[in-house]
Amino acid sequence: MTVAELYGSPTIWLIILALGIGTFVLRYSFLGWIGNRPLPEWALRHLRYTAVAVLPGLVAPLVLWPAATDGQPDPARLIAAGATLAVGLASRNTLAAILGGLTSLYLALWLLG
Amino acid sequence: MTAPSPLSSAYWRGCRQGLPFVLVILPFGLLFGVAGTEAGLSLAEVMGFSILVIAGASQFTAVQLMTDHASTVMVILASLAVNLRMAMYSASLAPHLGAAPSWARALVAYFMVDQVFALANAEYERAPKQSLAEKLAYYAGACTPVCPLWYVATLAGAWLGKAIPPAFALDFAVPVTFLAMIAPMLRSLPHLVAAAVSIVMALAFSVLPAGTGLILAALCAMAAGAQTELWLIRRRAAQ
Repeated sequence: MTVAELYGSPTIWLIILALGIGTFVLRYSFLGWIGNRPLPEWALRHLRYTAVAVLPGLVAPLVLWPAATDGQPDPARLIAAGATLAVGLASRNTLAAILGGLTSLYLALWLLG
Repeated sequence: MTAPSPLSSAYWRGCRQGLPFVLVILPFGLLFGVAGTEAGLSLAEVMGFSILVIAGASQFTAVQLMTDHASTVMVILASLAVNLRMAMYSASLAPHLGAAPSWARALVAYFMVDQVFALANAEYERAPKQSLAEKLAYYAGACTPVCPLWYVATLAGAWLGKAIPPAFALDFAVPVTFLAMIAPMLRSLPHLVAAAVSIVMALAFSVLPAGTGLILAALCAMAAGAQTELWLIRRRAAQ
């Protein structure tokens, strides 16, 4: 079942609007309403880790159990994931990591068939 | 010849410094257009994401969770969680831009993407004494090469998406993009601990409905990162 069939257009637009408004509220929050009052230290300490707390958990099952291979771990995709991380850690550069990851994915798919 | 006004020189400085990010935004936007189309979204929906949300990582998160058939509430919550860092950006910019008229602050907020924030924050710390108008002009300059390109690249990706054959394994372009965003974030022990906890807990909770496990894992990971940071501070103080 595709996303369009599962959710239907009104629900998809509801998600887009909720995400758009919610994201704007987060961006406007301090600038617009709260002003110069600094965030409490404990809040900053947790907010610092939000991206790094959500994204790895989102990506781990995609790497280990890819839908394209019916959830079976796939050597080519595991190699590509490892290469992306390695290039990203070494270069600290997102674009270089994407290029390294996709290059190794195609190389691995071609070599491993 | 007269010297350029401080406003136009601030604008062009922002433009120039934003220019290298074209190399990031273009492929990233293309990939989102492709991923959204592959997931079955219409052109209008894909563009709706890029124009109304204008936040790459959370857009990818939403599309991925919809592909996983997560509930509507979970899609929204998990994608918003990815954007919580923007409240921190807003707090950092408030001392510099808080005095601007509300329409200007609303525009600043709408365009507050990672790259523009990073540039503006560095610029304001480098030269805090600039006038408010110069700071806003710099911000507008930094947005110019970055933000409109996000819409255009998404549109191009959505058009291209249907033309790319499955042999290109584009299903895996999304995980690769996420990993490429994560790797440069792992710059300290607390960040590493948070990422590790996030992975372990998300896999352990993967039996829960899609999205639920991710939120629980993210909460554990944030706490783990914060606690590791506190532990490092205490250890340094004890030495």
